[in-house]
Amino acid sequence: MTTSEIHDLLKARFGEDVSAAPPPPKGDAWLTVKAERLVEVCRFLKETAGLEFDFCEDLTAVDWPKRNVIEVVVHLLSYKLKHSLVLKVEADRGSPVVPSLYPVWKTADWFEREVYDLFGVTFTGHPDLRRLLLPDDWVGFPLRKDYAEQGGWHGIDNVRENPLVELKRLDDSARAEAAKSASPAPAAAPPATPAPTSQA
Amino acid sequence: MEKLILRRVDRNNEEMILNFGPQHPSTHGVINFIVETDGEVLRKAVPDVGYLHRSIEKIGEVTGWHGFMPFTDRIDYVAAMFPNEGYATAVERLTGIEVPRRAQYLRAISCELARIASHLVSLGTMSMDIGAFTPMLHGIRERETINDLIEALCGARLTYNYHRIGGVAFDLPEGWKERTLAFLDHFDKFLVEFDRLISFNEIYVRRLANVAVITGKDAVDYGLVGPNLRGSGVDWDVRRDLPYGAYDDFEFAVPVGQGFKGTVGDCYDRYYCRCLEMGESSKIVRQALLQLPEGEIMAPKVARNLKVEAGEALSRVESARGEMAFYVVADGTNKAYRVRARTGSFTAMGIIESASPGLMIADLVALIASLDVVAPEIDR
Repeated sequence: MTTSEIHDLLKARFGEDVSAAPPPPKGDAWLTVKAERLVEVCRFLKETAGLEFDFCEDLTAVDWPKRNVIEVVVHLLSYKLKHSLVLKVEADRGSPVVPSLYPVWKTADWFEREVYDLFGVTFTGHPDLRRLLLPDDWVGFPLRKDYAEQGGWHGIDNVRENPLVELKRLDDSARAEAAKSASPAPAAAPPATPAPTSQA
Repeated sequence: MEKLILRRVDRNNEEMILNFGPQHPSTHGVINFIVETDGEVLRKAVPDVGYLHRSIEKIGEVTGWHGFMPFTDRIDYVAAMFPNEGYATAVERLTGIEVPRRAQYLRAISCELARIASHLVSLGTMSMDIGAFTPMLHGIRERETINDLIEALCGARLTYNYHRIGGVAFDLPEGWKERTLAFLDHFDKFLVEFDRLISFNEIYVRRLANVAVITGKDAVDYGLVGPNLRGSGVDWDVRRDLPYGAYDDFEFAVPVGQGFKGTVGDCYDRYYCRCLEMGESSKIVRQALLQLPEGEIMAPKVARNLKVEAGEALSRVESARGEMAFYVVADGTNKAYRVRARTGSFTAMGIIESASPGLMIADLVALIASLDVVAPEIDR
């Protein structure tokens, strides 16, 4: 079933809470769902004969600071009917809250923890919402567009100088050293051979 | 979550909380499991991941569209062809670039060789985790030949960076086809030998059969993919069911777990599905080499400074660890707005907490090994 056919079915059931964007020329089409109806819509998609989206393929988010929203994007696939669907839920960037899909697909557990970790979206009803990839005391949400690094973690530095810069500094200091030892050359006994410098 | 503890909870019984990892040799990379046990029996094993998080998705927003390709290698360095292919396919879907037929065949050939190599590592390390060292050496020996072949093809043995948006980087070198066909002839015999050596070994079978059974329903619900899903009896393969690239030209079977030595969905089924899959991959490579069409290996006019119209696309490829999906969002500039890799190991780790209660500690090792998790793919 195509996205627009699924949209017609959902519109009959959920009205304006599910809306479709105009289909893009290339790439995937998607449906936008209001956050408060999300679990209901997903349960309908999973359990209705003819839709049967049994596989929650992916759940992730995209940050849009210009529109002041974080979109949570859910990719669904039906193993039986071989069709797929993209659902989007918009959450306010200031305090993004989206209902958890864990009651519908258990795989949402880790996906939502990851989104919570990297975007700071809170999923209400999630059984164990903790940071997944980052340490528990990490500050900030790295995949947001305005994320600023905190400069290390517990004394572990997160910036490293370009090794070429370091090498150049060593070279420069060696050269300065050589120049210093060469310039106050005693006039009495000029060395027969120049002193070997450290830069080979 | 309390970490780094090794203590008795109660003096009167055998309850313990202990760390399994992050440097444990049988955790397949840097993963930590916080294990609650009662004697030898697990109450629960809670995976604690993230040690290899390199923020590859964030890097994708900074590099250009082409520039991200070498980073995708690092998502799954045991089978780096698949993230290459997944990312390239996603951007091609978004831009509408048509990949020439020959390039699609070369992608299929390189990917299937990478799948065999990855499964050899997976099966070898699995048997090693369980206590048999020799099969690992057999597996690594064959993988070495594949590495040599791939090195001749693209110059790299581990992080290939072979696929490009719109095609592949290099054509076949001279004599490569014959070398590969000769290897496949040898490899088909090796599979029989490997089965005799380890797969049908009574001790090995008893160690794995009926251990850590995952039902088909659970496997779908928890989003297991690839051999883990098929091991649980779900007949699904992206290459066959949603064909991409050149895969609709090839004849191959999709091995599904049927309780080969025990119950459907036990560790042995997941193991043996991979064994059978290697044979199918060998078939695909052979067909692709024999039917290889002439022509270009890159789509014409793929701009160096690629700009992609606003939109989004998801690509699905069947990686060695199951379905790998790349979700790319473009905003009209020469950089991706968002790149996301959905990987098989990530969801496979998600099931361990619920599949572990009641297992022996030694069986947890078998479960992790049979799920074939690769740590960088979990953390990205």
